Amino acid sequence: MSDTYEIAGRTFLSRLIIGTGKYQDYAENAAAAEAAGVEIVTVAVRRVNLTDKDKPLLVDYLDPSDYTYLPNTAGCFTAEEAIRTLRLAREAGGWKLVKLEVLADQKTLYPDMMETVRAAELLIKEGFDVMVYCTDDPVFARKLEDVGCCAIMPLGAPIGSGLGIQNPVNIRLIVEQARVPVLVDAGVGTASDAAIAMELGCDAVLMNTAIAEAKDPIQMARAMRYAVIAGREAYLAGRMPKKLYADPSSPLAGLI
Amino acid sequence: MKITLNGETHDLEGPLTVGDLLDQFDLKPTKIAVERNLEIVPKSAFDSEELHEGDRLEVVQFVGGG
Repeated sequence: MSDTYEIAGRTFLSRLIIGTGKYQDYAENAAAAEAAGVEIVTVAVRRVNLTDKDKPLLVDYLDPSDYTYLPNTAGCFTAEEAIRTLRLAREAGGWKLVKLEVLADQKTLYPDMMETVRAAELLIKEGFDVMVYCTDDPVFARKLEDVGCCAIMPLGAPIGSGLGIQNPVNIRLIVEQARVPVLVDAGVGTASDAAIAMELGCDAVLMNTAIAEAKDPIQMARAMRYAVIAGREAYLAGRMPKKLYADPSSPLAGLI
Repeated sequence: MKITLNGETHDLEGPLTVGDLLDQFDLKPTKIAVERNLEIVPKSAFDSEELHEGDRLEVVQFVGGG
């Protein structure tokens, strides 16, 4: 049986989600998505360019019938901005599965959790399925789940920092208590970070910069695909207990 | 008739529907979403919604983002 997971009633096989920002161009982005083997990509909602009509369109490179588009609210600092953005996204694409992020601070891009909870409640009332970007605070994670978010997405480290999973204890606590999928969103820098997130029991990992700003994004996309699979299998396999001292692997009996 | 489209003022010949406006700017209705005075204009209403003096319109699409 294949090891799938479910978000808001949709079944996914790939446990890697990638962003579509910061790539050299959409062609590179599409090649990375293919190499990563992803089913979901995050996208942003922005004004149409009225002067440059020949500007390439994301939808021409990443077909929304091949990939589930997950519209985000990047750049929104209030619940109202986020809701306005996602209403437009729903109209543009016809999808109600969205990624909510309400930011508090330009320097850290840390989420404003009070506004995030408020926005989540309002969006869920309007019928949206809300995957929510949040701090790694298990108390807020539970509140977001209680108001009806369909996936909890704590940061591993600040967006675009590539610092890796800074607080594995909290990620594990969030995973342990959650009844909906938990995804590490933000902070992954290289393959081992993605594996660590999966080994902690996360259902999936979301990343953008780690792939887009690698020297070879396509190769890094492939590395991330394997890392997520490796981390997931290690989690399912159940790691050996850690010991303080050595324990020989070869038999002591029969030594010459 | 003056309207604001994506933050810029445009002086256009009326009467004009949302659908006419999209045509004038060569925008495919399938790939975008339209908001008028902070209210979503459903795609099904593009050809019936008339624009009025002072309307503030936002036309958006999906772009790359994380």
